[in-house]
Amino acid sequence: MTELPLLDASGIAKSFGAVRALTDARLTVDRGEIVALMGANGAGKSTFVKILTGALKPDAGQVRIRGAEARVGSPAQARRSGLVPVYQEPSLIPDLDVADNLRLADTPVDPFRAWVSELGIAGLSLSDMIGDLPLATLRILDLARALAAEPDVLLLDEMTAALPTDLVEHVLKVVRAKANDGLGVIYVSHRFTEISELCDRATVLRDGRSVGDLKIEPGVEERAVELMLGQKLALGLRDTAGGAAHRTGTPRLRVRALAAAPKLTDVSFDLYPGEVLGVVALEGQGQDELFEALSGFEPPSDGTIEVDGTPMTFAHPADAIAAGLTFVPGNRAEALLSQRSVRENIALPFSARIASWGPLKLRHERERVGYAIDKLQIDTRAQGEVQRLSGGNQQKVTIGRWIAKGVETLLLFDPTRGIDVRTKRQIYPLVRELAENGAAVLFYTSELEEVPLACDRAVVIFNGRIVDIIDAAAADEATLMRAAHGLTGEDSAA
Amino acid sequence: MSTQSTDPPHVRLGLFLRDNPMIPLLIFLFLLIAALEVMRPGIVIPIRAGRDGLISTFWVGNLVKFAIPLAMLAACQVLTMLTAGIDLSVGVVATVAAFVCATLSSIWGATPAVLIALSTGVVVGLVNGFGVGIVRVHPLIMTLGTGLVATGCLQVYQRMVINAGTEIPGGLEWLGIGRTFGMPNGLFLFIPFAIFILWLMRYTGFGRILFALGSNERAASLSGVRAWHVYLALYVLSGVIAALAGLLYLGMIRQTSLSLANPLLLPSVAAAVIGGTSIFGGRGSYAGAIIGALILRVLDTMLTLMQMPEGARTALFGLIILAVTALYVRITGTR
Repeated sequence: MTELPLLDASGIAKSFGAVRALTDARLTVDRGEIVALMGANGAGKSTFVKILTGALKPDAGQVRIRGAEARVGSPAQARRSGLVPVYQEPSLIPDLDVADNLRLADTPVDPFRAWVSELGIAGLSLSDMIGDLPLATLRILDLARALAAEPDVLLLDEMTAALPTDLVEHVLKVVRAKANDGLGVIYVSHRFTEISELCDRATVLRDGRSVGDLKIEPGVEERAVELMLGQKLALGLRDTAGGAAHRTGTPRLRVRALAAAPKLTDVSFDLYPGEVLGVVALEGQGQDELFEALSGFEPPSDGTIEVDGTPMTFAHPADAIAAGLTFVPGNRAEALLSQRSVRENIALPFSARIASWGPLKLRHERERVGYAIDKLQIDTRAQGEVQRLSGGNQQKVTIGRWIAKGVETLLLFDPTRGIDVRTKRQIYPLVRELAENGAAVLFYTSELEEVPLACDRAVVIFNGRIVDIIDAAAADEATLMRAAHGLTGEDSAA
Repeated sequence: MSTQSTDPPHVRLGLFLRDNPMIPLLIFLFLLIAALEVMRPGIVIPIRAGRDGLISTFWVGNLVKFAIPLAMLAACQVLTMLTAGIDLSVGVVATVAAFVCATLSSIWGATPAVLIALSTGVVVGLVNGFGVGIVRVHPLIMTLGTGLVATGCLQVYQRMVINAGTEIPGGLEWLGIGRTFGMPNGLFLFIPFAIFILWLMRYTGFGRILFALGSNERAASLSGVRAWHVYLALYVLSGVIAALAGLLYLGMIRQTSLSLANPLLLPSVAAAVIGGTSIFGGRGSYAGAIIGALILRVLDTMLTLMQMPEGARTALFGLIILAVTALYVRITGTR
């Protein structure tokens, strides 16, 4: 008799308002099988994982566990039917000690202890407060707790992110051994090296559907990258091939061995005036920490930042702004005064310093704000309150603020997230123009196809480190995708 | 903009009132005055009672006079609420300033007494600003705490100066009870003050930053605003305004007590909220708060006319403040 798969999810669809996150996601896991779930940013991985674990309800499709339709209406039900997840963010309560956290999930203590030592953590006391333990330990505890619950299917979401190498080895060894005993594993990861070492099969998601099921064998990386890319909408061509920056003299921004908890470990690069330097990274590789350190939000734990050859420490964004480093965050809500007018939003930096708390220089303000609005073609029909503008126009306001002030070094974090193609096409030439007028731009984007359109060079960050520097104008998307997955020249040859 | 055509009428009315808060406030004020005139014919329009004059300058003058200290304290609330804060120490600060001024002027003369009284406002403001801006204590707790501390200090101070006697500086008395063309002299202080606050909120960088901090502190800080600078300056300003209001109130009441201006605290918050200032920050109008203060004064007059016992009057006043505020918030969708 043919054995039914342990887990069989088919035809899963889910929309959030007008946004269709998943249209047809499929995944099967057999006994003793480790299946990788892969996909580029925005392919729908997180949504799919949430549906599998019962955190979200699908609009259509079904999840069967051992052939029986699992009504995974809640995480607790998913657990009862045998599917136990380990999320990227440890689901342990920081204000309780280890023993209390175990009690909350009815985890048997002895098997838990056994798994903890098996996974390479020695000397853990059950009375340790969760909040006092390092992130890597917490992830191991989370995994040990999941294993102690004796699941049929284990879902590991970026399990090895934020883990040191020795712990990664322990984890891979334990997971392999459990699979040999019949456990089914869903392994969500960006890391080809681990996937090819650990997994039997890979399912690739793209634009909310499962586009392929790959057997793990030599050369599978190429095929996976192809599947993840698919056919994309063209975003237009870069119009100026010339005007490349001459990278000579003192760099505007020199970063050396920068580290910031928890994810950034070692980043060094030079950014020259007139240059747009792309940052290529999958989600959570340390780029958030990099931008927060450069913009003065969170001081880095190690490394140096030099601006025009002078070493700097930033304790507050005001310090970074004084040094000419201005930051546009990826989340518009962080940057906007949603109830205030377009004009007040754009003019905000003019009043920031104590010296400018006096009477407003209304004429100067009107000129500068008008300049920024023209430059960015902001639609000002609803300018009384920024929250009444469209997303694209809101994004333009966050950039316009610094255009009005005058840009020296612009730190753009995913400026095109969630905005329409037309606005995107206005933003790339603008970024190019700023650079041609002498600004230095650091440009992180989650959409790889934007890198050749806007950037001169791109640094690739993987697992907290720079793994490659690419000539962006010449790079095609497949190269970037491989690089973003940590597949540099040496790795793929090995 | 598309929202306006599709929303049901009551939502549209709410939006309209939110964008033009002065209109319903003024209508409400005049309705209340009309009700007062109905209750006691002739009080506002003497000619109806067979006396001279179309509008009683005496009554209007009285209304304005007692609204002034309230409106000044309401300025403290509007400014702090813009940053999603509040200043619950203003009643105590006003009381302390009045008490210190009255006792010291009999020893050292009027001018040093006034200056020292104002500096008590600076001191309390500095402590508030330090707590809110640097230690990041919630403004509600912080200002309530400093208010208590200041009350305690006042009691100690009272023992020390118990034999000194009190004296009300002549200038304050002139401002407090004098009249020019039937209108209270307090307006000579209040009109420049109100213009200053309106200008500060609308035409200065500091005003912009107050709105910005209350709308989105992270965005403000991202634009280079160091929040603690702002909080420190803001609460010092609030303390000085409260002390100034206390001095004016001293000139009006012409006696001192350890709780002189404390009853003005809740009305000062209510005047700001009725006037369209959001306690969640980022939205506020001082002109609205002035009308709010006048509305509260008219309400108080009505209750007095009903000749209720003191306790019932106080309770009813509190209830009405809550009801009016809740209703206004409900209609306009602001909070």
